[in-house]
Amino acid sequence: MEQFAALIDALIYTRSRKGKLALIEQYLRETPDPDRGWALAALTDGLDFPAVKSSTIRNLLKDRVDPVLWSLSRDFVGDTAETASFLWPEPLRRDDAPPPTVSEAVANLAAMTRASVMADLPPLLDRLDAKGRYALFKLATGGMRVGISARLAKIAFAQAFDVEVDRVEEYWHALTPPYAELFAWAAEGADPPDTENMPLFRPFMLAHPLEDTQVDLADYVAEWKWDGIRVQLVHVAGETRLYSRSGDDISATFPELITALDIPAVLDGELLVRGSHQGGEAGGAASFNALQQRLGRKTVSKKMLAEAPAFVRLYDALAIGGDDLRVLPWSQRRAQLEALIPELPESHFDLSQIVAAQDFAQLAQIRESARDDAIEGLMLKRRDSPYVAGRKTGLWYKWKRDPLLIDCVLMYAQRGSGKRSSFYSDYTFGCWTGDPDSDGELLPVGKAYSGFTDEELKKLDRHVRQNTLNRFGPVRETDKSLVFEVAFDSVHASKRHKSGLAMRFPRIHRIRWDKPAHEADRIETLRALVRD
Amino acid sequence: MSSAPHWIQPHPQGIYVAPADCWVDPSAAVERALVTHGHADHARGGHGETLATRETLAIMDLRYNTQAGAVPVAYGETLRLAGSVDATYLPAGHVLGSAQILLEHAGERVIVTGDYKRRPDPTCVPFEVARCDIFITEATFGLPVFTHPPIADEIAKLLAALAASPKACVLVGAYALGKAQRVIAELRAAGHHDPIYLHGAMERMCRLYEELGVPLGDLRLVADHAKEEMRGAIVVCPPSALNDRWSRRLPEPITAMASGWMRVRQRARQRNVELPLVISDHADWNELTQTVQEVDPRETWITHGREEALLRWHELHQRKARALALVGYEDEDD
Ligand SMILES: [Zn+2]
Ligand SMILES: [Zn+2]
Repeated sequence: MEQFAALIDALIYTRSRKGKLALIEQYLRETPDPDRGWALAALTDGLDFPAVKSSTIRNLLKDRVDPVLWSLSRDFVGDTAETASFLWPEPLRRDDAPPPTVSEAVANLAAMTRASVMADLPPLLDRLDAKGRYALFKLATGGMRVGISARLAKIAFAQAFDVEVDRVEEYWHALTPPYAELFAWAAEGADPPDTENMPLFRPFMLAHPLEDTQVDLADYVAEWKWDGIRVQLVHVAGETRLYSRSGDDISATFPELITALDIPAVLDGELLVRGSHQGGEAGGAASFNALQQRLGRKTVSKKMLAEAPAFVRLYDALAIGGDDLRVLPWSQRRAQLEALIPELPESHFDLSQIVAAQDFAQLAQIRESARDDAIEGLMLKRRDSPYVAGRKTGLWYKWKRDPLLIDCVLMYAQRGSGKRSSFYSDYTFGCWTGDPDSDGELLPVGKAYSGFTDEELKKLDRHVRQNTLNRFGPVRETDKSLVFEVAFDSVHASKRHKSGLAMRFPRIHRIRWDKPAHEADRIETLRALVRD
Repeated sequence: MSSAPHWIQPHPQGIYVAPADCWVDPSAAVERALVTHGHADHARGGHGETLATRETLAIMDLRYNTQAGAVPVAYGETLRLAGSVDATYLPAGHVLGSAQILLEHAGERVIVTGDYKRRPDPTCVPFEVARCDIFITEATFGLPVFTHPPIADEIAKLLAALAASPKACVLVGAYALGKAQRVIAELRAAGHHDPIYLHGAMERMCRLYEELGVPLGDLRLVADHAKEEMRGAIVVCPPSALNDRWSRRLPEPITAMASGWMRVRQRARQRNVELPLVISDHADWNELTQTVQEVDPRETWITHGREEALLRWHELHQRKARALALVGYEDEDD
């Protein structure tokens, strides 16, 4: 636990991404199993101890510290776990009880119930010093707030043992903490985890913005870019899972899709909700707002299933009938997907149509005239490209439609004024300076305080409060995990801004709860839109 | 009915000693001032007469360049002031020359602590406990979350960080009067005898400390040396210079700060500190409350800091206390 506590503190004080990676790598290399696996789970929010809540900590301290001194201290420190770690009375004897290991702490925490926690937690705390108590509270209540995304932790893992991050990402979803098989494979050279019969998430293939490039339609095929959420549907060995873009299992949110697929396959498509809002060709889709109603729910009512049924518009097939198709060129995968379509229920699946055009100029015209709300723009895919994880240059392009849209990451939030003075409603967002997986960092590119509903404002406010890294007077720095799709009229070069760019009329077009921050756009994408 | 003596009067601008017509640590220029120590929020310039220790007077002279009206007082020496008030200066252990001022009049004893700490400090004389009726104390770290770790642990942390990155330097932000010299002296005591590099703003105070008999070893000015020479070295600067352009002349600096506030993670993060060193020249919570118990006054008055919590402690321990709303005192960058 001491090493884990030291890691948590070092991560808090280390600003650079490189520094944070180095710290995690060193910890993962030097710490024995299964402690390092539990620590990795803690860093990626993979642990949940329902018996321990922030209120548990408050109640524990209430019996031990004067309430006035507690609240004055809590107000000054600004963090319940940290305050409690300081104020927990130091036990008189400690020699006979060494600090628990991370595994021991996890086992203890997992065994606690709401009824037993008030009696079970104190003996554990008595074996730790203030730093250890802080780490234990953070471990128990989740939310480390050390500025580490799950993605970054996986990159650290890959770098620590010199394995590919995409493989880590792929096996990750097959395993549970403390990830013994993952460490055995990466650190000890054992066979990779057996994933053959597991409904695993495969990292998505992603597109680059087209910008000034022109492509030859002999090499590239065009498809509409639909305005839903990108999903992966996996069926293997009788089990079906639905994954979001970030690899989160969202099966429970869309139960109708889970029952709709019973052929072994891994399919890539856009999740949409039925409706008449947009004509489309076969079967219309509702606006993104309708889809939004269904996102983020752990359970779905019958009414909702009837009113807003979901379906998937398929783009690609990564596997069919147990064969991994990812190495095949797009054209062959497409042929197999088309052959599969008749076997899938029409109610829940259709095929994303190819957009036919003579040449690039005609395609541009088609794109301009597309006014369907469900269409975000065009996708251009190389006909001979395999399905590769991540964003490889030259294979897939996205060609978004006006208004100008860009995916940014929420960095800072400030309270609004008037009616909104109790809400964090003014948002500063940024784009990446380079590859977020190597040394790209976020640089602020603009501010927005409109474009969301009151309901969304409440959710945003909660997000800001729960994911605060730092406070500077009225401003909160967030953990930079939330993506905004920002709409704006134009962007101009500006010497006054650190990014060198100033956006005109930026507003929040959509909150991308589903999109991982490292997939937000780069500054160069925004710069390419300057038309001065 | 108040048990407070009428002859000692707290005012927003300082503590007034009526029979002697003089002030303790006034925040504005007065005819006669008794000054506890050289920090700017306690020692203002421009008084007609300043009664303070020789060291405090030298520090004030360095800052305000005035020797007029300086009256040196030795620790333990008692001065008879006008109106039958006796003033005795006792060591406060805060910084070089810092004193508590014991005032006696009509059989009553009042102590004004200024700032103080209870830990050993190689750069100044340790705090002396004296009994009194009214104890006028600071409360800078007057919250139970503040318990300062042993300084040896923090110095070891600093030296470990230095050893771990031989190509970098460790830049330590430290208050220019007291903290900087204490950190340097503790490093020397821990066996670190390499040259220590100073920000220009630190130089005169360090030299004064040495003149007043506090050896600080091999000190050099950053401005006189090339980047390469400072690899593997400790550099000391005022906290305000930590995130300044100035630090660009240093080789890969690791940012450290020596301050009691570094106990709280958020405080360290706000200042972009990578290596927080919890080193304070003030009493922590346990020392504040322990000192009140040892001094055992009839009443405690609190000058500045987190007074609500210390008031609450007095209430819980059935002791009398009040907070004085003094102006001009600040939380030192400490
Ligand atoms: Zn002071
Ligand atoms: Zn002070």
